[in-house]
Amino acid sequence: MSSASVLYDVPGPKARARNRIYNVASTLLLVGLIVFVIYRFDETGQFQGGLWDDYQYTATQERILDGLVATLKAFGIAAVLSLVLGAVLAAGRLSDHRAIRWSATVVVEFFRAMPLLIMIFLLWAAFFPNDPMWAVVFGLTLYNGSVQAEIFRAGINAVPKGQGEAAYALGMRKTQVMVTVLIPQAVRSMLPSIISQLVVTLKDTSLGSIILYQELLFVGKSFAQQTPPVDGVYAFIPMVIIFGSIYILMCLALSSLATLIERRTRRSAKGAPAGLPATAATVMVDPSHSAEGQPTDPGSTTGASKSGR
Amino acid sequence: MNVLVDNFAMFREGFVGTVRLTALASLLALVLGTIIAGFRVSPVPALRVFGVTWVTLLRNTPLVLLFFVVTLGLPALGLRGWDEDWLAILALGCYTSAFICEAVRSGINTVPVGQAEAARSVGMTFTQTLGQIVLPQAVRTAIPPVGSLLIALTKNSAIASGFNVTELGSVQKTLNMDAGYNIYVIFFWIALCYLIITFTISGLFRLLENRLAVAR
Repeated sequence: MSSASVLYDVPGPKARARNRIYNVASTLLLVGLIVFVIYRFDETGQFQGGLWDDYQYTATQERILDGLVATLKAFGIAAVLSLVLGAVLAAGRLSDHRAIRWSATVVVEFFRAMPLLIMIFLLWAAFFPNDPMWAVVFGLTLYNGSVQAEIFRAGINAVPKGQGEAAYALGMRKTQVMVTVLIPQAVRSMLPSIISQLVVTLKDTSLGSIILYQELLFVGKSFAQQTPPVDGVYAFIPMVIIFGSIYILMCLALSSLATLIERRTRRSAKGAPAGLPATAATVMVDPSHSAEGQPTDPGSTTGASKSGR
Repeated sequence: MNVLVDNFAMFREGFVGTVRLTALASLLALVLGTIIAGFRVSPVPALRVFGVTWVTLLRNTPLVLLFFVVTLGLPALGLRGWDEDWLAILALGCYTSAFICEAVRSGINTVPVGQAEAARSVGMTFTQTLGQIVLPQAVRTAIPPVGSLLIALTKNSAIASGFNVTELGSVQKTLNMDAGYNIYVIFFWIALCYLIITFTISGLFRLLENRLAVAR
């Protein structure tokens, strides 16, 4: 799958022995690092029962759940709104009228260039001083909507030109070409990128904690501050471990959906339109090279890797 | 207008803070990202596992949470005495390194297989193949995505304002609290500062792209 197999020969006995030594050495190093971290945490008293007790109470668990619901609520609204905004802006950028095209371009470029937190601060101070959720939601919508617009535009432009031309030749109208020919084909190639951007949206809901929106991370922070310190140690590390795992699991669930969809579209013969960015990767899946017995790369998520911002 | 003139020193400090944060964190992210990308294509399974874990963990953690991990975790490990600036640089650099790693790795993947095969067939070792044949070509394809990642880093650096670092985000926060100024005007100037930085980065990378462009 990866190009790892071409960078070096199939290792011979000597190289295998050497690789084994490297492997053992780096394993020891990494295990040592983990042991050191755990040891230091234990040494500084992060694993004392008193710091973790709170998480056994139903009230605590309910508050975590409330935070989770608040996060998912902001994410859900922002996701829907950003997809709508993205569709509108993409339609504007693909418009035949110059004025619409230009204004859509300005809007997209501006909101993509603005730091999300700065936008959220502005919305919070200007419109929603008492309701930070909507500041988060609209901030996320403006930023991610602009990014989604670029994804939509790229997806529609990646549909082979002949498709649109053929549809026009049949006498279809502009809207018909877009809705019945271009979009259905584009959606398949876009879905992984759209979902990766949704993962970014989900992660960025945590910015709400800075403007005091009571979402998951805010709940975690207030737990850590409220739990009375045991032997002078505050309950920050338990909070980071627990809430970090929740976030990572949520994001992994969402991005594994992207990987799943990507794999499905690649498998079906019809589903992989030409001109996809995936072509570069498919070159690598040359059967003559994959037979070298190299383990396949466990994390080759081409779709998610493009997520970026 | 008055906002900028009245608080010019504060704006200058914030601007310099953001530039410093961005520059140092970019450096860290580029170095770390390239090393991890090397791990991910190496023949040693333990290093590959480490690379995958690093990327998966960091890409799926919200940056705010990562800031908490760094600002609270390092002191708990006994590494005290770092000031907030360096902690913020560490958090931003590590977070972006995961994305840089993926950009470099997909750059490596776009180099035609024949290139590496030819290098192998003239007897080059793994290091030579990677260093002299594959990476120079991979860098060219990786430049545009790395550029946009560094722009994203600039924007993410605003989060450091929540952790007592002086930069543009904290300027906005302070001025918003100070009643008497129009918040839209504050926003306008802050936005302009960010646009200056991001346009500089994208200009630099376009320059780099043109300089390195080779007709293939």
